[in-house]
Amino acid sequence: MADEASIDPADVTGEGVRRRDFINIAAVSFAGVGGLAVLYPLISQMSPSADVLAESSTEIDISAIQPGQAIKAVFRKQPVFVRNLTPVEIAEAEKVDTGSLRDPQTLDERTKAGKKNWLITMGVCTHLGCVPLGAGEGEVRGEFGGYFCPCHGSSYDTAARIRKGPAPKNLEVPSYEFTSDTVVKIG
Amino acid sequence: MVRLFGPLVGLFFAVALLWSFGNGAYLAITEPTAPTAVHEFHKTPKEVEFSFNGPFGKFDRQQLQRGFQVYKEVCSNCHALKQVAFRNLTDLGYSEAEVKAIAKQWATKAKTFDPKTGDAGERDNIAADHIPAVYYAGTGNPPDLSLITKARHEGPEYIYSLLTGYQDQPAEVLKKFPDAKIPDGLHYNPYFANLNIAMPAPLTDGGVTYADGTKATVDQQAKDISAFLTWTAEPKLEKRKQTGWAVLGFLFAATILAYLAKKNVWANAH
Amino acid sequence: MSFPWAKEYKPGHPLMQWLDEKLPLPRFVYNAVGAGYPVPRNLNYMWNFGVLAGFCLALQIVTGVILAMHYAANGSVAFDSVEHIMRDVNWGWMLRYAHANGASAFFVVVYIHIFRGFFYSSYKAPREMIWLLGVVIFLLMMATAFMGYVLPWGQMSFWGAKVITGLFGAIPVVGQPLQVWLLGGYAPDNAALNRFFSLHFLLPFVIAGVIILHIWALHIPGSSNPTGVEVKQESDTVPFHPYYTAKDGFGLGVFLILYCAVLFFAPNMLGHPDNYIPANPLSTPAHIVPEWYFWPFYAILRAFTSDFFFIPAKLMGVLAMFSAILVWFFLPWLDTSPVRSGHYRPLFRKAFYLLLVDVVVLGYCGGAPAAEPFVMISQIASMYYFLHFLVILPIVSSIEKPAPLPYSITEAVLGKDEGAVLHANPTAA
Repeated sequence: MADEASIDPADVTGEGVRRRDFINIAAVSFAGVGGLAVLYPLISQMSPSADVLAESSTEIDISAIQPGQAIKAVFRKQPVFVRNLTPVEIAEAEKVDTGSLRDPQTLDERTKAGKKNWLITMGVCTHLGCVPLGAGEGEVRGEFGGYFCPCHGSSYDTAARIRKGPAPKNLEVPSYEFTSDTVVKIG
Repeated sequence: MVRLFGPLVGLFFAVALLWSFGNGAYLAITEPTAPTAVHEFHKTPKEVEFSFNGPFGKFDRQQLQRGFQVYKEVCSNCHALKQVAFRNLTDLGYSEAEVKAIAKQWATKAKTFDPKTGDAGERDNIAADHIPAVYYAGTGNPPDLSLITKARHEGPEYIYSLLTGYQDQPAEVLKKFPDAKIPDGLHYNPYFANLNIAMPAPLTDGGVTYADGTKATVDQQAKDISAFLTWTAEPKLEKRKQTGWAVLGFLFAATILAYLAKKNVWANAH
Repeated sequence: MSFPWAKEYKPGHPLMQWLDEKLPLPRFVYNAVGAGYPVPRNLNYMWNFGVLAGFCLALQIVTGVILAMHYAANGSVAFDSVEHIMRDVNWGWMLRYAHANGASAFFVVVYIHIFRGFFYSSYKAPREMIWLLGVVIFLLMMATAFMGYVLPWGQMSFWGAKVITGLFGAIPVVGQPLQVWLLGGYAPDNAALNRFFSLHFLLPFVIAGVIILHIWALHIPGSSNPTGVEVKQESDTVPFHPYYTAKDGFGLGVFLILYCAVLFFAPNMLGHPDNYIPANPLSTPAHIVPEWYFWPFYAILRAFTSDFFFIPAKLMGVLAMFSAILVWFFLPWLDTSPVRSGHYRPLFRKAFYLLLVDVVVLGYCGGAPAAEPFVMISQIASMYYFLHFLVILPIVSSIEKPAPLPYSITEAVLGKDEGAVLHANPTAA
């Protein structure tokens, strides 16, 4: 080969080539890492912003809710149902065999101790997120006397547990606490 | 065509400009613009050392808290701060409980509106609320202060200079410009754009009593409020500089590697 | 197109072979910016700015699309929505500063790209179409930048919109109705803000389209080079990849360092403080100025202070400002010198440097208040601007005696070219 004379001795041993390849690979890797790092803020900007996160608790005055009635409040821009259960409704909820439920839970597990009549749940059907009927005045409450979602026919009982229809889970109970006998703080 | 019309168009514009220039020059000689009081007596802001200046600068949390106290006790009577929410005050070093208390005790209450009755009402502020708007009926137009240090050239220095720059109108001003009498209800301040500001000197020595025991001179208060208003305008200042150093460090390394790689590639082309 | 010695794309993997038969996209990229595009081997760093301009457009589109996710184009909330981005959105402050300073970076890069074209006469045959498309891109950029500056709805946004649409009011007869039509009202308000937002979102994609045409037109004759001597043989060129990808990578690094230094340490340096004051239709700022990249043209606009015969001063200013850019369209036919590169044109070179200084002076005057001596200086500077392109350039190109050119790019780089000996070129260095 005529070119052989012009080849750098370092190249013959492969050292020079390896060193140069290393730098080229390092440079391209750095560009790749930089590109990936830039993706982080571009993705993170879509998460809830600081003002949205700040509005994550709601206080509700429950003094005016009579037994058997319910109200709709707003928590994180979603409806939350606050329901004052009648003794009959409580009894109905408690006589159900939890073993037969799709999402087994007792009423006690879904309410606060000593406040068993206050059923506080999200008003968001666990199927596809519609607002079930039953909290507003005169709305149908479905065949189990709790809530009924008109979108795909999910029925919830008086502990807001799923009893019939496509919804996989009971209505979600948000974290909340009673700050006094008449005020409940959600979130 | 282009070579025929091109020079004609060029000459057309040139002659029109010459005409404007001639008229302007004639006017400048025959009717030179008279100097104005603003032109001669307006001052650029004083030099001030702030902890947040420079590429490594950081806020002094104690100073921000003092500045917030000045805002709360003095400025907030007339000036709003609507871009700032109470929850943001945790940046100043207050705990969440302290912020809640500050919001609850804020003198101007949050406005409510009952959509059923149409009645307006009031309630205590909560941490998520922005600092409530302030309405001012007197002379002048107190601007919202949220962005004031970014809305003025050399903002923090400007605020400091303005607050410490009140003085009696120098006799020289009236001697040179007999028309420059201060209008009723305004106050002379050489750092203000037109020299006469509606706001009376707001700060007095000992006008506030600092919680941290710092002596509340006018100078101290002016510095503190300027620092606080720099934070309200640019709350992400520290994060910006920190991110900047990380980014620049990475870029320097990457660029050196890119240079070496470029040299490698070109080594066999010459 | 391209040169006969251009490397041909050979798909290695069977999958790439399959793709090449169905949709030869990799082949297209290979021939456009890969090893299949032979480029003159002597390009200097002035030739980095085309790629950098493309990068800036991508940067603006990415950050802009994201800002549009959080921005609200309504006069009552626009200003606050920008502050919401700056304060509450995760990394919003960085994205917004990146976009605002990205506009400035884009113009810096494009101005260098344009002046590179002036100096090396890149506009000359056979590259006129590339140049014409480039001027179209610049006009689109100006429109996009102007409308983008209106969106934060600060004082400068509002009054900028009012003053610039007011320019159209100078047009005889149709001017006033045209201005009202542009704004959708008698002053900038929601209608104007919304249409500016819509167009500000649209135009960058139009720019991207014209850039594709710009590059397509470039690939027909191939890139120009600092000697201005056309490529003659394979030894005059190197493949774009890896040679110029590596060089552009380094250039991009340097650019990013400068850009990020401004973004993170002086993000408001190039902006105007008044734009942090919410728009107020009842109070005009003491001193209305556009963003820095419009200053030279703004100076030309304001230089016409006297009516010229029957033409009002305002109309003269508007005509001159638009003509200052339109004149670039005629550049390939105004400069008739057979030599391209300013390196071999002593007289032209002097005129070029004078133009460079002239534009900087115009820029300074455009950013200064409309008072003496700036108005008179901008009048002289505007005069040179028009005379340069329309009178001096045609004269220089016909009277100038150019310096001797190298025989080929190879000779210019290596000092010798065997082909040159055959031509017995007496100037072989």
